[in-house]
Amino acid sequence: MATTEQAPAGFEKYYVPESSSLAVRATIGLLATVFGAGLLLNDMTFGEPGAASMSKWVLIAGLVFFIFTLASWFRTAIRENLQGMNSAQLGHSYVLGMFWFIFSEVMFFAAFFGALFYVRQLAGPWLAGEGEAGRMNDLLWPGFDFTWPPMITPQEAVGGVDSQPIANNGAFLTQDRSMAFADAHHWYQWLPMWNTIILLSSSFTVHVAHTALLKDQRSKFNLWLGITVALGIIFLGLQAAEYYEAYALFGLTLNSGIYGSTFFMLTGFHGFHVAMGMTMLLIQLIRSMKNHHFTATDHFGFEASTWYWHFVDVVWVFLFLFVYIL
Amino acid sequence: MGDHHHGPATGIGRWLFTTNHKDIGTMYLWFSFAMFILGGTFAMIIRAELFQPGMQLVEPGFFNQMTTLHGLVMVFGAIMPSFVGLANWLIPMMIGAPDMALPRMNNWSFWILPPGFLMLASTLFMEGGAPAFGWTFYAPLSTTYAAPSVTFFIFAIHILGVSSIMGSINIIATVMNMRAPGMTYMKMPLFVWTWLITAFLLVAVMPVLAGAVTMMLMDIHFGTSFFSAAGGGDPVLFQHIFWFFGHPEVYIIILPAFGVVSQIIPAFSRKPLFGYASMVYATASIAFLSFIVWAHHMYTVGMPVAGELFFMYATMLIAVPTGVKVFNWITTMWRGALSFETPMLFCIGFLILFTIGGFTGLMLSIAPADFQYHDTYFVVAHFHYVMVAGAVFSMTAAVYYWLPKWSGRMYNETMGKVHFWISFVGFNITFFPQHFVGLAGMPRRIPDYALQFADFNMMSSIGAFIYGASQILFLYNVLATIIAGEKVTDEKVWDGAEGLEWTIPTPAPYHTFEVPPKLDAAHA
Amino acid sequence: MVGGNVMRSALMALMALPAAAFGDNQVNMSPGVTTIGAEIYDLHMLIMIICVVIGIGVFGVMFYSIIYHRKSRGVVPSQFHESTKVEVAWTVVPFLILIGMAVPATSTLLEVYDNDDAELDILITGHQWKWKYEYLDESGENVSFFSNLATPQEAIYNTDQKGEHYLLEVDEPLVLPVDTKVRFLITANDVIHSWWVPEIAVKRDAIPGFINETWTKITEEGIYRGQCTELCGAYHGFMPVVVHAVSREEFNAWMGAKRADEAAQVAAAAMDLSLDELMSKGEAVYNAQCLACHGAQGEGGVGNAIAGSAIALGDIGTHLDVGIKGVAGTAMQAFGRQLNDVDMAAVITYQRNAFGNNTGDVIQPSDVASHKQG
Ligand code: HEA
Ligand code: HEA
Ligand code: HEC
Ligand code: CUA
Ligand SMILES: [Cu+2]
Repeated sequence: MATTEQAPAGFEKYYVPESSSLAVRATIGLLATVFGAGLLLNDMTFGEPGAASMSKWVLIAGLVFFIFTLASWFRTAIRENLQGMNSAQLGHSYVLGMFWFIFSEVMFFAAFFGALFYVRQLAGPWLAGEGEAGRMNDLLWPGFDFTWPPMITPQEAVGGVDSQPIANNGAFLTQDRSMAFADAHHWYQWLPMWNTIILLSSSFTVHVAHTALLKDQRSKFNLWLGITVALGIIFLGLQAAEYYEAYALFGLTLNSGIYGSTFFMLTGFHGFHVAMGMTMLLIQLIRSMKNHHFTATDHFGFEASTWYWHFVDVVWVFLFLFVYIL
Repeated sequence: MGDHHHGPATGIGRWLFTTNHKDIGTMYLWFSFAMFILGGTFAMIIRAELFQPGMQLVEPGFFNQMTTLHGLVMVFGAIMPSFVGLANWLIPMMIGAPDMALPRMNNWSFWILPPGFLMLASTLFMEGGAPAFGWTFYAPLSTTYAAPSVTFFIFAIHILGVSSIMGSINIIATVMNMRAPGMTYMKMPLFVWTWLITAFLLVAVMPVLAGAVTMMLMDIHFGTSFFSAAGGGDPVLFQHIFWFFGHPEVYIIILPAFGVVSQIIPAFSRKPLFGYASMVYATASIAFLSFIVWAHHMYTVGMPVAGELFFMYATMLIAVPTGVKVFNWITTMWRGALSFETPMLFCIGFLILFTIGGFTGLMLSIAPADFQYHDTYFVVAHFHYVMVAGAVFSMTAAVYYWLPKWSGRMYNETMGKVHFWISFVGFNITFFPQHFVGLAGMPRRIPDYALQFADFNMMSSIGAFIYGASQILFLYNVLATIIAGEKVTDEKVWDGAEGLEWTIPTPAPYHTFEVPPKLDAAHA
Repeated sequence: MVGGNVMRSALMALMALPAAAFGDNQVNMSPGVTTIGAEIYDLHMLIMIICVVIGIGVFGVMFYSIIYHRKSRGVVPSQFHESTKVEVAWTVVPFLILIGMAVPATSTLLEVYDNDDAELDILITGHQWKWKYEYLDESGENVSFFSNLATPQEAIYNTDQKGEHYLLEVDEPLVLPVDTKVRFLITANDVIHSWWVPEIAVKRDAIPGFINETWTKITEEGIYRGQCTELCGAYHGFMPVVVHAVSREEFNAWMGAKRADEAAQVAAAAMDLSLDELMSKGEAVYNAQCLACHGAQGEGGVGNAIAGSAIALGDIGTHLDVGIKGVAGTAMQAFGRQLNDVDMAAVITYQRNAFGNNTGDVIQPSDVASHKQG
C-alpha cells in the first residue's frame, strides 16, 4: 500500500507534548495517598500498631501533592489551549476522553445499584426464608422477616450473636447496632424531595449559563454559573443535615446492617461526586471571572464540567427513585 | 510546524517523562515481562510443592499466598499490560496516527502500574502475610477472615483499575479520533478492532471491580454488611459483582490475542484474512455475550434453577462466534502459501491449544456437568489452555513478529523455533495431565493431595519446569536481538505482511505519521 | 437419557484405551453410584466426544493445509477472502449442535434441583476446617457430630508413612442409608466451603448465613471420599468428606448406637474424672480439634502458642472463656458449640498440663457447665 507524506490542505498538526513530569508527580501523589490511607486504616506502621503512627501525615501529604499536581496538569492543558496549540482534532480527543470517563463512573455506580437490587429482590427475601433458594433459611434466622427498609438485621432477629448457633461471621458482635427505626418511611421524605428539586434546577441553571456563553454574554454566564454552584452547595448542606439526623437522631449508621450500608454508600458516593462536580464548576466560574477564559466557540473545560454535572444529576434521579421512593 | 526529526531524550528522564507511544509501549512490554517472571516464579513454587504428596517446601498458608499472587500477577501484571504495550506500539502505527490521543495520560497510565505492583508484592512481607484468598478473593475469606495486608491489596486493585481505565480511554479516543483519512472502521486492521472492543470492555468492567473492592474495604473497616448475612447482606453478592467483572476480564485477555493472530496468520499464509467482516461481528458478539454469562463461575452456589439455565444457555452461545473465528483462521490458511517462521508456529500452537481450551470451556458451561468439574484441576487446565496457550503464546508470536520492526534487528530463527517446540511440549506436559487429575477428583488450590494424583502431578511439575526454562531462551533471544541481532532495513520485514506499520522505515523512527498517510484506495 | 447403557459401555471401552496406557491412574470422571452421577457422566462423555469429533475435523483441515499448502512446495496462494455461504453454515451448524447438548443438560439439571420428597434431612455445616453433620429429626432430637481429618501430621510432613487414604480419611464419617432419598441442607459457620463427593455427584457451596439444598440417592453400599472444594483458608486442602453408604438396617442400628452414645456422654458430664483420664481424653480432643492451628507441640501456627501461653498458665476462667466463646474476629472459634462439656474439660485440662504447662489444674465437666451458665 502506498502512502504519501504530503499534508492535506488545512491540516493542523496534532499536538504531542514532548515530555512531561506531570504523570510521575501525579503517580507519587496518588501512591502516597493510598499508602497512607492503607496504613491509617490498618493503624499500623509496617506491622507495628501505633497511635503515634505517621500514616495520617503520609495520607495528607500525598493528597495535597496529588491535588496540586492535578491542578498544574489542568493549568498546563489550559495554557496550551490558550496558546493555540490544540487542534480541533485534539479537542475531540478531550471530548471522547470525558465521555468515556463518565461512562466508567456510570459503571461504578452500577455496581452499587446492582448490590441494592440484589439484596432487595433476592438476598433479603431468601434470608427470610422466601423463594426457591431460601426456603430452608428459617433454620438459621428463625423469626426474621424481610421488609424494605428492614427494621432489624437477621442477627438481631435471632437475638444477637450469642443465640445464633451457626453462621455468625463476626460482623455483628454486639447487639446495639440498630438497623432502622419505626418511622423510617417518613423522616426523609421532605428532604430528598427538596434535594431533587435543587439538583434538577441546577442542571437547568447550568444550561442557562451555557446558552449565555454561546451568545457571549459573560456576566449572564457568570451569574447563572454562580447560581448553579450555590445550588450545589445547598444540596451538600442538606445532605449533611440528613446524615446528621440519621446518625445522631435515628442511629442509622454504616453499621446498621445492609440498609445503612447501601444507603450511605450510594448517597455518600453520590455526594462525593456532587462535591467534585461543584468544585469543577466553581473552578470554571473563577476562570471566567478572573481570567475571562472561555469564548462562545471554545469552552471545553466548562462544557465537560456540565456533562459531569448532568451525570451526577441523573444518578441522583435514580437514587431518589430506588433509595428513597421505592 | 516546528522541529521535525527530534529523537528521544537521554537518560532516565526519557523513560520517566516520556509521552511517546513507542517508549511507553516498550516500558509496558518490559514491565509485563518482569511480572511474567515474577508470576512464573510463584507458579514454580506451586509446582515444586505439588511435585510430591506431603508438605515439603512451604506451609499451607504460604501456598495459598503463592496461588493468589500467581493468579493476580499473571492476569493483571503480565497479560493485561503486555497487550496494552502492544496496543501502544502498534495502534498509532496501524491507523496512521502521530501518537496516542492523550499522550501525557498515557504516561500516567503506565507509571502507576509498577508502584501499584510493588505495593501488592510488599504484602508478602507484612504481618499475617500476603493475600491468601485466591485471585477471585471471595468474601468473607477476603474480608472478615483476611490478614491486614488485604487493605493494601484493595488499594493496589484500585490503582490497577485506574491505570486500565485511563489506558483504555486513551485507546478508544485514539481509534475513534486519530485514524488517517480514508481509514474507515471497516478498513482497520483486526488488531485495532479487537483492542477497541477490549478497551470498551475494560472501561465497562474495571469500575465494577473497583466497586467490589470498595465494598470489601467498607465491610472490613467500617462495619458495613454487604457480604455478611448477619447484617442482611450476602457473601454471594460479592461473587456476582466479581464475576460481572471477571468474565469480561477473560475476554479482555483473549480478544487482543485474537487480534494478533488475525494479523500474523494472513502474513504467513500470504493470503488475506478470510471473513474480515464476520471477524469483527464475532468479536463484538463475544463482547456482548461476555456481560450476560458471569454466573457460569457460580453454578454451585445454589442459584435458583431458572438463573442456572439462563447462564448455561448464554455461555454455550459463546462457542458460536468463537467458532466463527477459529474457522476463519483455518480458512485463511487454506490454499495459502504457508511458511513456518516462529511467529506462525506460535500462532498455530495458539490455534490448536486455544481450541482445546475452548472445548473444555464448553464442557464447563454445561451446568450439571460443572457440578463435577467446578473448582478442580479440570478448570485449572481449561484456563491455562486459553490463557497461556491463548494469550501468552499469541503475545510471544507478536513479539517475534514485530520485534524486527521495533528494533531493526532480526531475531535468531533457529532459537525461536527451539523456543516454540520446547514451549509447546512443556506446556502440554504441564497442563494436559491436569485434565485427568481434575476429572479424577483433585480440587484446585490445595497444597497437598491424595496419593492417586501423585503421578500426574509429578508429570505436571516437570512440564512446568521445562516450560518455565524455555522462557529463559526467549528472554535471551530477545536481548541478543536487540543488542546484536542481524540488522534489517526492509520496510516489509515479512514478505506477506500487510498494514501501515510495514510502510514505515525499519526500525520504526521515534515519530511516525506526524502527517497522516494517504491510504491507497485499493486497500481493503 | 442419553444413550443409556449401550452408549455408556461403548464409551467405557473407548476410555479404557488411555486408561490402559496410564496404568492405575484414573483419567476420567467416575459415573459414580447414583443415577444423577451416571447422567452427568453421560453428558460429560457426550460433549467430550462431540468436541473431539469437531476438533478432529478442524485440525484435520488445518493439517491438510499445513502439509499441502506450504510455500516450500511452490504453491501460489489463492486470494479468496469471503463466502457468505460457508460463513452462515458454520454459524448455524454449531448452533444446532449446541441445542443438541442443551436438551439433555437441561433435563439433568432439573432433576438435580428436584429437592422434594426426601426421606432424611441432614444439615451439613462447613467449619474451618471440618464438617459438622446433623441428622434432623422431627422430634427435635437431632444427632450431630464433627468430622475431622484423621491423617496424622507426621504423614503430612513426611516423617511417617502415608496410608492408602492419605488426606481422604476422617475420624467419623457421614453414614447414609442406600436407596433412600437424602436431602442435604448445606451451610457454613465461617467462610464459604463446598461439599463434594465425586462418586455421588454432589457438589454444593456452603455459604455462611444461607442454606443450600441438594440431594442424593445412593444405589450401592460402600465408602465414598471427597473434599472441600472452595478455598476456605490455610487448611482448605485438609478438609475431607467421607460417606459410608450402608443398608437401611445397618443405618438404623448405627443411629441407635449413636443416640445411646450421646446419652452416655450426657451422663459422663455429671461425673468427675481423674487427671489421667482427662489428660488422655484431652490429648485426643486436642489432636483432632486444636492441633491444626496450635501445633503438635503447642507451638502455635494459625493460632497462638499454647506452650507458655499467658492464658493457658493464667486464670482458668479466662482460659475457659477463650475455649468456649472463642476470640471474635479470629480463626479461634467458639468451641463451646462444638465440643461437649466432657471434651471441653478434657482439652482445657490438657492444655494446662501439656507442652510444659505444668499447672496441675484439673477442670471437670461440671466446671465447664457452670462456667457456661455464667
Ligand atoms: C482467556 C481466557 C478465557 C477464555 C477465552 C475462556 C473461554 C471460555 N470459558 Fe473459561 N475460564 C477462564 C478463562 C477463559 N475462559 C478462567 C481464568 C477461568 C477460571 C476462573 C477461576 O475460577 O479462577 C474460567 C472458568 C470457566 C468456567 C467456570 C468453571 C468453574 O469454575 O466451574 C466456565 C463455565 O462455563 C468457563 C467457560 C468458558 C467458555 C464456554 C468459553 C468459550 O469462550 C470458549 C469458546 C471456544 C470454543 C468452544 C472452541 C472453538 C469453537 C469451535 C471450533 C466451534 C465449534 C464448537 C462447538 C459447537 C462445540 N470458563
Ligand atoms: C495468564 C495468566 C496465567 C499464566 C501465564 C499462568 C502460568 C502458569 N501457571 Fe497459572 N494460574 C492463573 C493464571 C496464569 N497462570 C490463574 C488466574 C490461576 C488461579 C489462581 C487462583 O486459584 O486464585 C492460576 C493457577 C495455577 C495453578 C493452580 C494453583 C492452585 O490451584 O493451587 C497452577 C498449578 O500448577 C498454575 C501453574 C502455572 C504454570 C506452571 C504456569 C507457567 O506457564 C509459568 C511459566 C513462566 C515462568 C516459569 C516464568 C519465566 C521463566 C523464568 C523466570 C525462568 C526461570 C524458570 C525456572 C526456575 C524453571 N497456575
Ligand atoms: C481454626 C484455628 C484454630 C483452632 C482449630 C483452634 N484455635 Fe485456639 N486460637 C486460634 C487463634 C487464631 C488464636 C489467637 C486469637 C487471638 O488473636 O487472640 C487462638 C487462641 C487460643 C487460646 C489463647 C492463647 C493465647 O495465649 O492467646 C487458647 C487457650 C486456645 N486458642 C484454645 C484452643 C482450644 C482448646 C482449641 C481446640 C478445642 C483451639 N484453640 C482450636 C485458632 C484456633
Ligand atoms: Cu473448607 Cu475448603
Ligand atoms: Cu467466565
